[in-house]
Amino acid sequence: MTETRHIVIVGAGPAGLAAARAATSHGARVSVIDAQPAAGGQVWRHDVAHASKRAARVAIAALERVEWLAGHTVIAATGQTLLVESRDGAFDIGYDALILATGARELLLPFPGWTLPGVTGAGGLQALAKQGWPLAGKRVIVAGSGPLLLASAASLRAHGAQVLGVYEQASRHAVTTFAARLWRWPQRAVQALALRTRLASVPYRCASHVRAALGDDRLEAVEIVSPHGVTRIACNYLAIGYGLVPNTGLAELLGCALQVGPTHPAVQVDALGRTSVANVYAAGEIGGIGGLACARIEGTIAGHMAAGDSETAAACLPRRARARRFATALAHTFTLDPRLHALATPDTIVCRCEDVTLADLAAAGDGRGARLATRCGMGACQGRICGSALTELGHASPRGVRLPLFPARLDTLASTSTTTFP
Amino acid sequence: MSAPKSIRLSVNGQPVEVPSGTSVAVAVAQATSVFRRSRHGQPRAPLCGMGMCFECRVNIDGRAHVRACMTPARDGMQVRSDD
Repeated sequence: MTETRHIVIVGAGPAGLAAARAATSHGARVSVIDAQPAAGGQVWRHDVAHASKRAARVAIAALERVEWLAGHTVIAATGQTLLVESRDGAFDIGYDALILATGARELLLPFPGWTLPGVTGAGGLQALAKQGWPLAGKRVIVAGSGPLLLASAASLRAHGAQVLGVYEQASRHAVTTFAARLWRWPQRAVQALALRTRLASVPYRCASHVRAALGDDRLEAVEIVSPHGVTRIACNYLAIGYGLVPNTGLAELLGCALQVGPTHPAVQVDALGRTSVANVYAAGEIGGIGGLACARIEGTIAGHMAAGDSETAAACLPRRARARRFATALAHTFTLDPRLHALATPDTIVCRCEDVTLADLAAAGDGRGARLATRCGMGACQGRICGSALTELGHASPRGVRLPLFPARLDTLASTSTTTFP
Repeated sequence: MSAPKSIRLSVNGQPVEVPSGTSVAVAVAQATSVFRRSRHGQPRAPLCGMGMCFECRVNIDGRAHVRACMTPARDGMQVRSDD
């Protein structure tokens, strides 16, 4: 039997691209699937106004040697076959080995006014800016937590926004302690310094958070709580995010075990990228938020493993360990202040798809009962936003993985030969 | 890079012109800040920018619930924001 191994990679961000490069180096037949129209994932997202970074261009060149399925969404999976939908229809794709590099989404927490047009994720507004969203001269507040805020602020500024300030919920002590440890990761220290330089005139405030967004039909101002009291600032956009949560949906559907412990689910992966399911590997954020360096080295490891070369994969382990240590330090620094869990008032909408408030949920009880009574988590986003928010707030998540993984067209559901929908 | 080409499309019957490569979300933003109305009639606009939240969903060429942030703008598209 000499038939070439078929490796399918889901996600064309840094992890998926690194996996594609490693896998093709062994002559494997590789298909890469991504729901976005262009490769790069979020961190290397295509920017209509600016040229890509060299590292991104080099990584994306790996797609020249694969079957590249841009704009394709995995809707269902069963028995080593994925059901994939695009604009033009749906089809099944089988695999010998599967690499999950599905990345992460932003953790967005409910607070009064967060549904107003003009309130976006921190990475969200950055993504929109790269799509060409008109930001020139707009007054923007960046808030939430984590290093993404600085990256987002720098990017928004490069797209012409007037960034009024970056408001980080972590204490100054936590942030400076972390910064002082950066010398252990010299590349990161240089990146951080470069970001600070690009943001030289932008205030960076610690121990501060947005408690409300104000406006009638769109955002007009925000209220910020800092150690000095409450300030109201007029603005056009609020870019607010509290870090990232892994996209585990497809992995869960495939039966991959999740890690025990973390607040937000992450897939259980060993150092060589193996999940609990045979022939299914995972790389990058899906196995715990680790950032770009983690994603790249884990993608490389998974690509070699999927192609059957555990020796080359093992040679990458020290680099992976180092990248993961950085991730742990990061998570510790930006642990969320419990006050953020109390921002939503009883009449704050939690589930944006179905307009379910915190009071509605309280009245319905938690979990499945609440879901049935209120439709919380049953809307178009399938609980991707409110599920993570409620998990963070200590409620039972209404998010259960179910088919289809993303809303799909009826003809797609009808076309599948492999999957039975409930 | 080649010179950016303009794309002409229609949003709620109004002609809109955007540079090539931009998303439908960007085109809609030229015409209105309301991408859809929630169940209770609240105005909504893109939140996550990456295809997770579905707040940017619009009708494109008669197809409902298409995520504007995930769809490249093309000449002649007829887009309706879902209000």
